[in-house]
Amino acid sequence: MLTDSTKSGANSTPAAADPLVQVTGLKKHFPILGGLFRRQVGAVKAVDGVSFHIERGETLGLVGESGSGKSTIGRVMLQLDHATEGSVLFEGTELTDTRGEALRQIRPKMQMVFQDPHASLNPRMTVASIVGEPLREHRAGSREERKTRIDELLDLVGLEPGHANRYPHEFSGGQRQRIGIARAIALSPDFIVCDEPIAALDVSIQSQIVNLLEKLQDTLGLTYLFISHDLSMVRHIADRVAVMYLGRIMELSDVDELYTDPKHPYTKALLSAVPVPDPKIEAVRQRVILEGDIPSPANPPPGCPFNTRCPVAQERCELEVPAWRELSHGHWVACHFAE
Amino acid sequence: MTQSQPVLEVKDLTTRFDTQDGVVHAVNGVSFDVNPGEFLGVVGESGSGKSVTMMSLLRLIPMPPGEIISGEARYDDQDLLQIDIEELRDIRGGKIGFIFQDPMTSLNPVLTVGYQIQESLRIHQELPTDLRQDRAVELLELVGIPSAKQRLKSFPHELSGGMRQRVMIAVALACSPKILIADEPTTALDVTIQAQIIELVKDLRERLGTAVIWITHDLGVVAGIADRVIVMYGGQIVEEAKVEDLYESPHHPYTIGLLGSIPRLDQKGSELISIAGAPPSLYSAPEACTFAPRCPWAFERCHQENPPLLQIGEGRRAACWWDIENERPRDVD
Repeated sequence: MLTDSTKSGANSTPAAADPLVQVTGLKKHFPILGGLFRRQVGAVKAVDGVSFHIERGETLGLVGESGSGKSTIGRVMLQLDHATEGSVLFEGTELTDTRGEALRQIRPKMQMVFQDPHASLNPRMTVASIVGEPLREHRAGSREERKTRIDELLDLVGLEPGHANRYPHEFSGGQRQRIGIARAIALSPDFIVCDEPIAALDVSIQSQIVNLLEKLQDTLGLTYLFISHDLSMVRHIADRVAVMYLGRIMELSDVDELYTDPKHPYTKALLSAVPVPDPKIEAVRQRVILEGDIPSPANPPPGCPFNTRCPVAQERCELEVPAWRELSHGHWVACHFAE
Repeated sequence: MTQSQPVLEVKDLTTRFDTQDGVVHAVNGVSFDVNPGEFLGVVGESGSGKSVTMMSLLRLIPMPPGEIISGEARYDDQDLLQIDIEELRDIRGGKIGFIFQDPMTSLNPVLTVGYQIQESLRIHQELPTDLRQDRAVELLELVGIPSAKQRLKSFPHELSGGMRQRVMIAVALACSPKILIADEPTTALDVTIQAQIIELVKDLRERLGTAVIWITHDLGVVAGIADRVIVMYGGQIVEEAKVEDLYESPHHPYTIGLLGSIPRLDQKGSELISIAGAPPSLYSAPEACTFAPRCPWAFERCHQENPPLLQIGEGRRAACWWDIENERPRDVD
């Protein structure tokens, strides 16, 4: 599997000494069925060959517009969807060909926090049973021990023990997200995929949840993949950032470098499109306004996926997929002309 | 404060909804005005009453359960809340255009884009068919839709989210309104598309001189485009100021909290200062300051009396008993 993906031309970032997760040449294509016999007539290339690693204890931000494939990466990494091609190494174990009981044994170590705290909690279960479900499922401790653990978890995420017997609808969006986080950390995971955890929340509540995630990372030594379209929040929380476009990573670098010295034209345009809450800065800012829309991942343009909207695109960009190259230490970019 | 006559003056607007769970006090005594050609930003979180305020003006809220308890909305020497519905229909879409958040649900899926643009022209301007068609093409070109003439025959599902929002803007602008109310027009869009729409509206305002009321929860969006900003919380206006003043020196603790709690793209901050607690329940009329339970400056009076919107400087109003500049309670009755 691993040799396969290396052959397929996807260069990987050089593995850190001991990364928690190493993703190499990952692809996820969803079939499009059509015709009388429901044959496959095409594929939505949601993720089309991405490679990156995540180090222990860090937060990797994954940003991109809707349809860029960022959520799919998170789901495939946790084996909620099967990869079409490529490898996901978690603590040295190849996840893409792990199945059944073996995978079940690994699952407690990697968890997910979902976007919509209304849809991801069962309305008929109490908070205690939601948070306790992973403990029951993985037979962690006796009934008494589980009860103590649930109280401890609620306390960790800033809820009260008295909340344990209530139902999700009695809580506000922010509190529900806290319940979802308590469930995710119940089995003391090493790695959590946070899939747009604050997108559905009000502005004043978003910072509460982000502060909570940061606190938990410090106290529990968690590693995050933080998927978000909110570039300002990603700058705040991430250590390194990967920018996705149409199923591929366009640029990956240390967070400060990416925001102060972006190399890929898409990253530049994306950053310039984000409004800054300061009228003085807004008044003098130069914007790169991209024309048109993100193309369909079922029918991506040949060559560089960004060539249809790129302000500096040349003929070469329509013919050749740019190589994934390291411009400076740890700063990767997929553009022919970036330097 | 203003040199010219405001194009819209709202006084003491109060809207309630009588629901199964009780009366929701959605808008509580809101007063503001809009000057000709002005860009007014209205900022607030969900449930702050920003949308209901604007919908109430045009009586677009479902009644019942909604009810406009009191208030006045003066446009062109008429009170929009009193005039009969036929006259109001002339104003809706004619003099005041409205853009809604979700372009997919606000366009009719079974009618072509061209038909929907021409609909308001037919109702309000009674143009002959061929002129209407020309005007529709002109409007689509105005909002930056390529090959406008062919696009007239497209259905909404054939367009992307950004294109649909452009169509919505074209519909709203069809009769050259004096005021354009945009309710979170970019919230459902990606950031690069949002930037396109913002540029478009900025440009259109300069060219057409339309006053714009832009409702949003995003303080970043407003910073770049608004002349003046109103901040809403719990169905009331808590602060109003020129855009530079608001960001430079916010006076209401809620505005301060809001600005502190958002991370910025252009700087790496330390810990975000979050506003503790949650927004207020609207099931009772505000008797004290609705922000007091979350406010670090709250003192006795805040829990007893609801502060009115006080004039605190040139073009500035804030609904707060605490004088943040001088760090003492405000000396008002």
